[in-house]
Amino acid sequence: MATRASGRTVGGLRSLSLQAPAVTLLLIWMLVPLGMTLWFSFQRYNLLMPGMGGFAGLENYRYLLTDPALWSSMGTTLILVGSVLAISVIGGTLLAVLYQQDFFGRGVARVLAISPFFIMPTVSALVWKNMMMHPSNGVLAWFNGLFGLPAIDWFSSYPLLSIIIIVSWQWLPFALLILLTAMQSLDDDQVEAARMDGAGPVAIFFFITLPHLKRAISVVIMIQMIFLLTIFAEIFVTTSGGPGLATTNLAYLIYIRALLEFDVGGASAGGVIAIILANIVAIFLVRMVAKNLED
Amino acid sequence: MNNASTQRRVGLAILAWTITCLIFFPIFWMILTGFKTEAQAVASPTLFFTPTLESYVEVQGRADYFKFAWNSVYVSVGSTLLALLIGIPAAYSMAFLPTKRTKGTLLWMLSTKMLPPVGVLVPIYLIFRDLGLLDTRTGLTFVYTLMNLPIVVWMLYTFFKDLPKDILEASRMDGASTLQEVLLLLIPLTLPGIASTGLLSVILSWNEAFWSLNLTSSSAAPLTAYIASFSSPEGLFWAKLSAASTMAIAPILIFGWLTQKQMVRGLTFGAVK
Amino acid sequence: MSTLQLKQITKSFDDTHVIKGVDLEVNDREFVVFVGPSGCGKSTLLRIIAGLESASSGDLVIDGKRINDVGPADRGLAMVFQSYALYPHMTVEDNMGFSLRLAGESKEARRTKVMEAARILQLEPLLDRKPKALSGGQRQRVAIGRAIVRNPSIFLFDEPLSNLDAALRVQMRIELARLHEELDATMIYVTHDQIEAMTMADKIVVLQGGEVEQVGSPMELYHHPCNRFVAGFIGSPKMNFLPVETVNADADGVEVTLPGGRPCRVPVTAGDTRPGAALELGIRPEHLMLDDEGPLEGEIQVIERLGGQTSLYITMGETLLTLMADGDVSHRVHDKVRFGFEPGRAHLFDAEGLALTSLERHHLAGLKRQDHRG
Repeated sequence: MATRASGRTVGGLRSLSLQAPAVTLLLIWMLVPLGMTLWFSFQRYNLLMPGMGGFAGLENYRYLLTDPALWSSMGTTLILVGSVLAISVIGGTLLAVLYQQDFFGRGVARVLAISPFFIMPTVSALVWKNMMMHPSNGVLAWFNGLFGLPAIDWFSSYPLLSIIIIVSWQWLPFALLILLTAMQSLDDDQVEAARMDGAGPVAIFFFITLPHLKRAISVVIMIQMIFLLTIFAEIFVTTSGGPGLATTNLAYLIYIRALLEFDVGGASAGGVIAIILANIVAIFLVRMVAKNLED
Repeated sequence: MNNASTQRRVGLAILAWTITCLIFFPIFWMILTGFKTEAQAVASPTLFFTPTLESYVEVQGRADYFKFAWNSVYVSVGSTLLALLIGIPAAYSMAFLPTKRTKGTLLWMLSTKMLPPVGVLVPIYLIFRDLGLLDTRTGLTFVYTLMNLPIVVWMLYTFFKDLPKDILEASRMDGASTLQEVLLLLIPLTLPGIASTGLLSVILSWNEAFWSLNLTSSSAAPLTAYIASFSSPEGLFWAKLSAASTMAIAPILIFGWLTQKQMVRGLTFGAVK
Repeated sequence: MSTLQLKQITKSFDDTHVIKGVDLEVNDREFVVFVGPSGCGKSTLLRIIAGLESASSGDLVIDGKRINDVGPADRGLAMVFQSYALYPHMTVEDNMGFSLRLAGESKEARRTKVMEAARILQLEPLLDRKPKALSGGQRQRVAIGRAIVRNPSIFLFDEPLSNLDAALRVQMRIELARLHEELDATMIYVTHDQIEAMTMADKIVVLQGGEVEQVGSPMELYHHPCNRFVAGFIGSPKMNFLPVETVNADADGVEVTLPGGRPCRVPVTAGDTRPGAALELGIRPEHLMLDDEGPLEGEIQVIERLGGQTSLYITMGETLLTLMADGDVSHRVHDKVRFGFEPGRAHLFDAEGLALTSLERHHLAGLKRQDHRG
């Protein structure tokens, strides 16, 4: 029995000591700020008013939850995440099917098509804002001009749509990259068997390809969700959340409260809400990954 | 090859290339604009102009472009090396000395990625302010290390899992210590995987814009923040913006093209191969 | 001198008991084969000996010293893995010299030892190649060479031939037997292939469900299996089993009624078998003979002609029997045939599956492989 106990513990200890740095750092990285955010959210704490400290109870939350800005920013977040997800997953799947076909220069075309994913968000936002969507000198305005149509001032007329276009342009290639890779592991025999069974291209897509991509699609949704919930730079360099609150998502709202209005208490309360929202999503996502881990 | 099928193939190629061009156009246009003068850049769009390196020269000359670029390199490479240093032992033990807790630990690491940065922006900002880490490369490097650590561990874990256990056991029979196992076998044998993990980590850090915009102002600001400074109305120099942007994205674009395949595995936690 | 003793070794993973108390003696220079169906614990047992797994309880003794807490490299053992486990980034020479390098031996000393092993295995022309550039058989030899270089007291083999094709397997089998003779070392060999066990072993250990079923020389296991499992596992094609009923049991053997009603007296000790007890009669396919006067009758279902031999698959009521006949038999499918056997060749198993001991030991049952050498 002595051997058993010592054998177990030694192995366990070794594995623990190797993981310790990573686990400890992440634990600190997660718990300390989390605890502080929670603490601040119950405090009266504004960097501009140093004398006004003290326990605030639920005041920050009450203020925040009755603030229409919170609800509008949550709505904006949902619309942004939902539409970008829809565009990138549906578009990505269709494009993956297209780029899976054999055509001239396929390799180059694939590489070009996934490129936007590697562009830093501030660059892509500025390129779109200044060179594509600019009302007087942008390419889109020029294009409209070719047909005698009036130029559109994208960021004042359709601010949220503009952001959605920019973010989708970055993330659709990501979905394409993942789905295309997943597609390559599709068994040719399976497709041929289906063809022998009389399935046309559409039937093959719905009964063979799509089920095969299910897992990849779920992973795409998960990863994008993580990043899309906290879209920041694209808003920061284009609309700064405006006009009004039209493009202010939760992340941007907290940024405004904390670093522009210096209301640490209020921003922290917003942070807590963002964390709770993210956790609701995360519970489903982690479960999904855990299931993927099984096989 | 019959006629209908040829037609179909040509149609397919045209469709695919049209879409490709549409997707790639903004990047193409940006690169093109970088070779224009400021006057040409705001003029009516045209493909035909005399290319000039004027903007590149100017960008490099003024505004300490290289200071920002150096910050980007420092922070992304530094954080990647640190993350690998911490991540390799952790991934090794998870892949080769799994315990009942291993799976839970992996999932927990992933869940830290789901904590929205905005949720902890305020405390991190204040801690950094009190520790004097605001606007320092050290501070940003540290944040990026922790930001990428879960992905690095996951990705290494999936690559390590692919290495036959037998080989490490054989080395144990041959008398290798844990350190020798890692240095003489694990690292050389999984080098391509470790390299693509590193590249992905560099890419993610290089392109990161939330922390860099909020935690740096001038001396430690990387390229993301530098490019963002072009958003102010007085910074509207399109050709220069394009030239600076092209330089900022070029290395990452090339890294990305080179590692796309392995990156998929890492980004999807091994679920898609 | 290298002997190995296992004393009440057990191994559990969580609540699964993989090894349930194994006792075993391995003598110096013996070739011991662990054989059993997959999942029987044979590989785990080998890995416990190697030190890659720790035993949950029990003692592991090499040359009189308890080595449970000694690390795998310090036990003086070498292991050849099923997958060969060659280091893909090293040349053959570096693969073989790796353990010496870790032990801090000089380049020259390494070279000498590697060359010696390479000579034994005829690997000299391949020393600069990487494993990728080798054939399966060559990789196998490198893996063995890596073991030889360490000059271990005991060689461990974990299903080393299972990744080779049939022809190469036969060749490597011969080579391993030759190697055993040349190195004069103790070897422990794990396989699920009973032919490998029969051809190479001095001593076979038959395992099932984490327990030792029988230990003995190949001929002993073949002629005197101690239970129904060993009887069915050793020998190819598998032994046939027939339900029979005891008529009489005395000092001259046990008389049973065969299916079809004819009696048959098998020369085994009766033990506490009483008339009327249901038993199982085991008879190997090679011991069944076509015989128009034979006590058994059945219908041929399938005929496999191998040239020199013909396998007949015969149904007798619900039971399917295999009969190895001469290559020249001219029977056809669906023929009714009569057949029989020499009673001395038959085995009887009681309701628990235990064999009734033969009255006479087979004259080869005590044969050791060394005895072939004279």
